[in-house]
Amino acid sequence: MAFFDLFNYWIFIVLMMIGLYTVIVSPNLAKKVIGLSVFQSAIFLFLISLSKVRGGAVPITVPPAELYSNPLPHALVLTAIVVSVSTLAVALAIIINIRQAYGTVEDDEMEKAEGH
Amino acid sequence: MLALVLFVPFLGAVLIALLGRWPVYRDSVSVATAVCLFGSVVGLVARIDGGASQQLALLEIAPGLRLAFGVEPLGLLFALVASGLWVVTSVYAIGYMRAHHEAHQTRFYTCFALTLGAAMGIALAGNLVTLFVFYEAMTLVTYPLVTHYGTETAVRAGRVYLGYLLGTSIGLLLLAVTWTWILAGTLDFQKGGFLAGKADRTTLLVLLALYAFGIGKAALMPFHRWLPAAMVAPTPVSALLHAVAVVKAGVFSVMKIVLYVFGTDLLHETGLSVWLMYVAGATILIASLIALAQDDLKARLAYSTVSQLSYIVLGAAIANPAGVLGGSMHILMHAFGKITLFFCAGAIAVTTHKTKVSEMAGIGKSMPITMFAFLISSLSIIGLPPFGGAWSKWYLILGAVEAAQLPLVGVLLLSSLLNIAYLMPVAIRAFFVGGSTSEEGESIKEAPLACVAPLCVTAVGCLLLFFFAADVYQFLSPLVQP
Amino acid sequence: MQSHLPALIVIIPLLVALVLPMLGRGHKPWFLATLATWGVFAMTIALELQVSGLARDPSAPQTFLSYPIGNWRIPWGIEFRVDALNIFILLVIAMVSAVVTFYARLSIGSSIPPERIRFFYAAWLLFITGLLGVTMSGDIFNVYVLIEVSALASYTLVAMGRYQSRKALSGSINYLVLGTIGASFFLIGVGYLYSVTGTLNMADLADRLEPLHDNRAVITAFAFLLVGLSVKMALFPLHGWLPDAHGYAPPIVSALLSGVAIKVGAYVMIRLIFSVLGVEFSFVKLPTGPVLWVLASLAILLGSYTAIQQTSLKRLLAYSSVAQIGYIALGFSLANENGLTGSLIHIFNHALMKSGLFLVAGIISYRLGEADLNRLAGLGRKMPFTMAALTAGGLGLIGVPLTSGFISKWYLVTGAIERGLIPLAVVILLGSILALIYVWKVVEIVYFKPVSDLAREVTEAPWSLVLPAWTLIGASLYFGVDASLSSSLAQRAARLLLAQP
Repeated sequence: MAFFDLFNYWIFIVLMMIGLYTVIVSPNLAKKVIGLSVFQSAIFLFLISLSKVRGGAVPITVPPAELYSNPLPHALVLTAIVVSVSTLAVALAIIINIRQAYGTVEDDEMEKAEGH
Repeated sequence: MLALVLFVPFLGAVLIALLGRWPVYRDSVSVATAVCLFGSVVGLVARIDGGASQQLALLEIAPGLRLAFGVEPLGLLFALVASGLWVVTSVYAIGYMRAHHEAHQTRFYTCFALTLGAAMGIALAGNLVTLFVFYEAMTLVTYPLVTHYGTETAVRAGRVYLGYLLGTSIGLLLLAVTWTWILAGTLDFQKGGFLAGKADRTTLLVLLALYAFGIGKAALMPFHRWLPAAMVAPTPVSALLHAVAVVKAGVFSVMKIVLYVFGTDLLHETGLSVWLMYVAGATILIASLIALAQDDLKARLAYSTVSQLSYIVLGAAIANPAGVLGGSMHILMHAFGKITLFFCAGAIAVTTHKTKVSEMAGIGKSMPITMFAFLISSLSIIGLPPFGGAWSKWYLILGAVEAAQLPLVGVLLLSSLLNIAYLMPVAIRAFFVGGSTSEEGESIKEAPLACVAPLCVTAVGCLLLFFFAADVYQFLSPLVQP
Repeated sequence: MQSHLPALIVIIPLLVALVLPMLGRGHKPWFLATLATWGVFAMTIALELQVSGLARDPSAPQTFLSYPIGNWRIPWGIEFRVDALNIFILLVIAMVSAVVTFYARLSIGSSIPPERIRFFYAAWLLFITGLLGVTMSGDIFNVYVLIEVSALASYTLVAMGRYQSRKALSGSINYLVLGTIGASFFLIGVGYLYSVTGTLNMADLADRLEPLHDNRAVITAFAFLLVGLSVKMALFPLHGWLPDAHGYAPPIVSALLSGVAIKVGAYVMIRLIFSVLGVEFSFVKLPTGPVLWVLASLAILLGSYTAIQQTSLKRLLAYSSVAQIGYIALGFSLANENGLTGSLIHIFNHALMKSGLFLVAGIISYRLGEADLNRLAGLGRKMPFTMAALTAGGLGLIGVPLTSGFISKWYLVTGAIERGLIPLAVVILLGSILALIYVWKVVEIVYFKPVSDLAREVTEAPWSLVLPAWTLIGASLYFGVDASLSSSLAQRAARLLLAQP
């Protein structure tokens, strides 16, 4: 009962762990970045889910309602998405450069190239 | 006048560094600075005798951390010894460095002057912070002197030197100083000490241990290894610094802390320092035994110094008037004796290129003045009249008896025997054994005058100190009066 | 009259950063960037005078300066809030960036292709903007955003080291992944705090969190926030990104990263622990103290120990930074005035020393290509001023008296002893001894080894490189002899933090 009431938190945790697992385990840099993306999306879902108020209306004041859902987290998430996308862009740019410099984007092969 | 004492060596160092290209001027400035410093210290002593007290607060580094200076008999004694012997050593150094055609002489003389500046800072320190700052400064400024030759051995020796000295001072001494600050709220030296009643016995015991071992320059075992390692330096360095300035800074600090931080009454009542007496006693004996086994003359003298330093620590640990006065006097007596011994070792090395005792048979014939000076200073170190060392040893034994520490009396007497065992053979072999490499015509060939004159001066000093010991006693007596 | 300084300090570098890519080759980007950073420094000093004025004025309603962005009413709008703590950090950031940016002309000019230089400076200014903003911001989500702004810029800047070594790229991507995870953890923490209190303004949060000390969401938030910030500040064991990132980035980037950026992370942690959540919650209810003591001690000991084994000067300095952050963390985890003062003053002192040392490493790269330790052999004779700066900075890291490092150690050790935590005092001093070993290793190579073939023709570096390095190292020596300014600022900030009701 409580489990299903808190389903948003469960989804957030599961997605977050999937993302983190991918980051930690996969040797391919592009996959790591995808994992990072999933991880960050989980956090966004968490924040958005905080804003939903049961029985609350869409936060538009015309026509007036008694209870509104909270619009603030949406603003936060929009900002965070921008940050996330920028991070993704920088990450991909670096990965392209790595591909040019190392010829590969697998981290074990990169380490071998450096002679570790 | 106090400010002058502090200022002269540093000004001298700057001038020496600038005059590097003109050796004659540079060396003259070096000697002149030494003379000026000695003059300033004497002037300071005279002014104090007139009844005035001098204090100088220089700088507040941070709240509670003040660089302040003040005069008291022990500090003045150390300042006199260091500055006076610097005059002699600077003459000796000129002779030695030129005879050896040493490189980097400017750096040498500059660091020498800086070291003396640091010594003055330690001597005249008015609180533990100032003492610590100049203590560390001295370690750093003597490093280039120890590693002067720049060889692989010199660098490695330098590492041992720094490792022991900075390791003990940062790891143990700094801890002790900050702890004292927290316990007592002050770091200013006060007659009779200021730690009484500020902490329980265990804490005070630990604190004393931290101080005693943290002051690595006092060469208390097991933190003594830096001293033999530092023998890799040129002999003038060994002479002044490791017989006089650096090591005496160490034991001076120990004595000062016993008198002005803990207070002899506190140590008496609580028996806090009994263990220190025995550590010092052990150091005296063990170092003497090691000295016996050394063939290299400088190494033998180094271990002898380790042993002699613990006489002073012993005096401080016994903490009764006789012990304190004996230990303090020994600062003076041992300085004169040991510096002469090192001067002789250097003179022998310069003239005959011999460094090992086993090779020194018969050199008494070619270097009679040097070896005679060696003999005199050996006798002073052993503690026989009519040489100065007799008095300090006498007071130390008296102190041990009064403190009912008879085993320590035994230690002192035994160590005199050991001193005979490792010092006399050198002189005996020099005078009474025939030369192994028989040079045709054992003509007298002494070291250059600049080397021989200083060692004569200090040897005569050993003799004179016997007769002036009463004046020294008078000078130091305020230390033990309530 | 509302002073607009807080906003200007952040806006000006931002705007200049946007202008720079349009400027083409040549030295104009450097020149404008230097002007911008110097302007920021001047404005920060002016701001400091304003804040001090407020502190001294008995009729002033509050001891901090509050600036609502866009005039939106606080606590709904974002607030820039300057009090005794962050003005101190702002001064550090502004001063170090001003000096390092000036230095950058020759250093960057020789290591990055000319057509990329304007982009470098643009990223550089964005990095500085982010750091200034994080320090100034009074809104916790705004802190997250600006942390990410500076972080993204820094990932780019680190990657620019690829023109010297391709390992800069792998270092950068590693830094990016770890840094993003850290920042995301921080965001989770922000989310939890918001869910419980409904506000993002830090002062407002502090009020609303007071009755909520037993709330599990708050405790969880605290945990996430601290872990996220530990990544940003490179606190053991989340420091793994630092050695590669700092080791292979261009020297001035390492200077600012090691000297300033990780300190800003520490600042945010201090702000959260003391101002937002409060000493009562952080130290009495939760075992933050003991946890930080252990981690900080490990950072100090393991960081210094690893530094001893490095063969590259920059990596040695990087591991040294890990240890120094340990000191800072140890200081504030003691939660007493001496400890906090020590922590804050070490932020200041280490910024000066480490940035100066990285600038010296940059000079060596400029002359010799790579700052591998063996290449330093015998440079003491060839580049006396530079190597003297290296030695002086090294002595500061050890904490020899008359260097500023000693002042930090003094406060830290007294703080530890006051709390009765003698083992921590021993750890701090042991760290100094380990620092002695790795510094002396470098000193011996520089002064005692014969000159290597590479360095035969080397002469002293140009003054535009040596002067900034000496400015920073000289300042670190000055503040070791006369620490009245730095210690009074640090103490004032420490008292403010501990006096929070």
